[in-house]
Amino acid sequence: MLTLEHVGKTYSNGVHALADINFSVGPGEIVAIVGGSGCGKSTLLRAISGLDTPSTGRVVLDGEAVMQPHEKIGIIFQEPRLLPWLSVAGNVGFGLEDRPKAERDARVAEALTRVGLSDKAGVWPRELSGGQAQRVAIARALVPRPEVLLLDEPFSALDAFTRVDLQDHLLSLWADTKPTLILVTHDVDEAVVLADRIMVMKPRPGRIFDEIQADLPRPRDRQSSAFDRVRRHVMAALDRSLSRSGHNSNAETDPSGAALWW
Amino acid sequence: MSLASEPAAQPSRKSKSSLSRWGSPALGLLLPLGLAVGWELAVRAGWSNGRLVPPPSVIYATFAELAKTGELQRHAAATLARVVSGFGIGVIVGTVLGAITGYSMLVRRFIDPSLQALRAIPSIAWVPLFILWLGIFEASKVTLIAVGVFFPVYLGVMAAVMSVDRKIVEVGRAFRLSGFKMVRRILLPAVLPAYITALRSGLGLGWMFVVAAEFMGASEGLGFLLVDGQQLGKPAQIVAAIVAFALIGKVTDWLIVGISTPFLRWEDRFKSPAAQD
Ligand SMILES: Nc1ncnc2c1ncn2[C@@H]1O[C@H](COP(=O)(O)OP(=O)(O)O)[C@@H](O)[C@H]1O
Ligand SMILES: [Mg+2]
Repeated sequence: MLTLEHVGKTYSNGVHALADINFSVGPGEIVAIVGGSGCGKSTLLRAISGLDTPSTGRVVLDGEAVMQPHEKIGIIFQEPRLLPWLSVAGNVGFGLEDRPKAERDARVAEALTRVGLSDKAGVWPRELSGGQAQRVAIARALVPRPEVLLLDEPFSALDAFTRVDLQDHLLSLWADTKPTLILVTHDVDEAVVLADRIMVMKPRPGRIFDEIQADLPRPRDRQSSAFDRVRRHVMAALDRSLSRSGHNSNAETDPSGAALWW
Repeated sequence: MSLASEPAAQPSRKSKSSLSRWGSPALGLLLPLGLAVGWELAVRAGWSNGRLVPPPSVIYATFAELAKTGELQRHAAATLARVVSGFGIGVIVGTVLGAITGYSMLVRRFIDPSLQALRAIPSIAWVPLFILWLGIFEASKVTLIAVGVFFPVYLGVMAAVMSVDRKIVEVGRAFRLSGFKMVRRILLPAVLPAYITALRSGLGLGWMFVVAAEFMGASEGLGFLLVDGQQLGKPAQIVAAIVAFALIGKVTDWLIVGISTPFLRWEDRFKSPAAQD
């Protein structure tokens, strides 16, 4: 169980990025965080990961406060961030240094098979396409079997087809060990396809504005009316999160305006 | 032969690429070889006595003679020893200071301006001072070489450490690396390509400065052969010493390249030789 207790963040330059964030995510749950640009999504994810520390409040994982990067927490960034001097297999096994070589090799091979790149084990990262590199990054983060996996707009740099493909890959990998997934995205469809619960953030300072359950059966059909209903709901919430005061008169009924939210 | 099963266009394209691969170095050799042969013929034909500019055969004979008596080896060894000690000292100091200043902005603000000011002085200008301080023997020579090697290494390491991608370091942090492990698994490999380049330019300067150092009075060394050849009017000896400099300098550079190449195969360089595997 991952819990955020009154998490707030003020950067040293005075930017008040987060204020009083409270929520819990259960084991195996998938939560998507959406919100306008600059509303503190990355700040929030970095605070959870332990790469940054919150200025107020705390992040608690299984009863233990997270103060620095934690072995039960993995993170996937917007860019693959592969180490260019390691082969694909070396990158995937990066977090398994302390394991015996046989175990490491077996787990790396298994993970590469799961992301469909077993034929690329020996190549350098420079030889991969953007989508392949991000699949390697996913494998690298999952191979140490984290309890919580954080993803900061992981597919936003990819084209639409690759993105859908990677969303499917991610879900099938998630199904293996069912870690908690916290996914920051600006793609509403992505949030609705993947998440059990969607948090909408509001900027300046960043806080949770709305929380939408997306309890659709899996695998999810992007064309279904239930899917569309959740999507409209999220878009309407996004629109309201960005309007300065209470003027939300037509946001509920006109989801087309939501296209401008990010 | 497996080639037989390949499309007909394949062999012709291959031969064209191998022609251009071998063609260009051969092309580069044409001019110096042509000049050498031409000069040799000119001297033999009696168009020039070749006294000030000895023909290749005389240079070769001088070189062989020096090698046979062991003179060449003795002088080359003395020079090499100076370069190796000066290079070693310059590399160690340059690496340590470069790494610290690259890593810590405070230290950089503190010592880098002074070092940059010192760098603005042409290093040869130090010679009289080094001789006053350290005497005319090995210490002043090695120090001069070390100073020459120090600056490119220092600058290269500092720039390399400063430009390590913050995002890659963050990957290391996310995997809970710190201290020595961070250095070994992230920082060291990240700076290696720039470090090798810095070592090579340092070595180049080391070879330049050893000549200057040996000009200032040495009883042995390839630089001594140069001065000796000048004073005794033996141009062939001068050219033979120059050839020896070129050969040994190139071999030491090859050593650095050869040792580092296996560690740099990953580099995403334009026309990297590793890109063909
Ligand atoms: N390292 C930092 N130092 C100072 N301000 C920052 C830093 N990182 C982000 N910010 C500020 O905090 C706010 C939230 O940023 P961020 O979390 O990156 O937003 P998002 O990921 O939702 O786009 C922005 O106003 C941004 O300018
Ligand atoms: Mg962000």
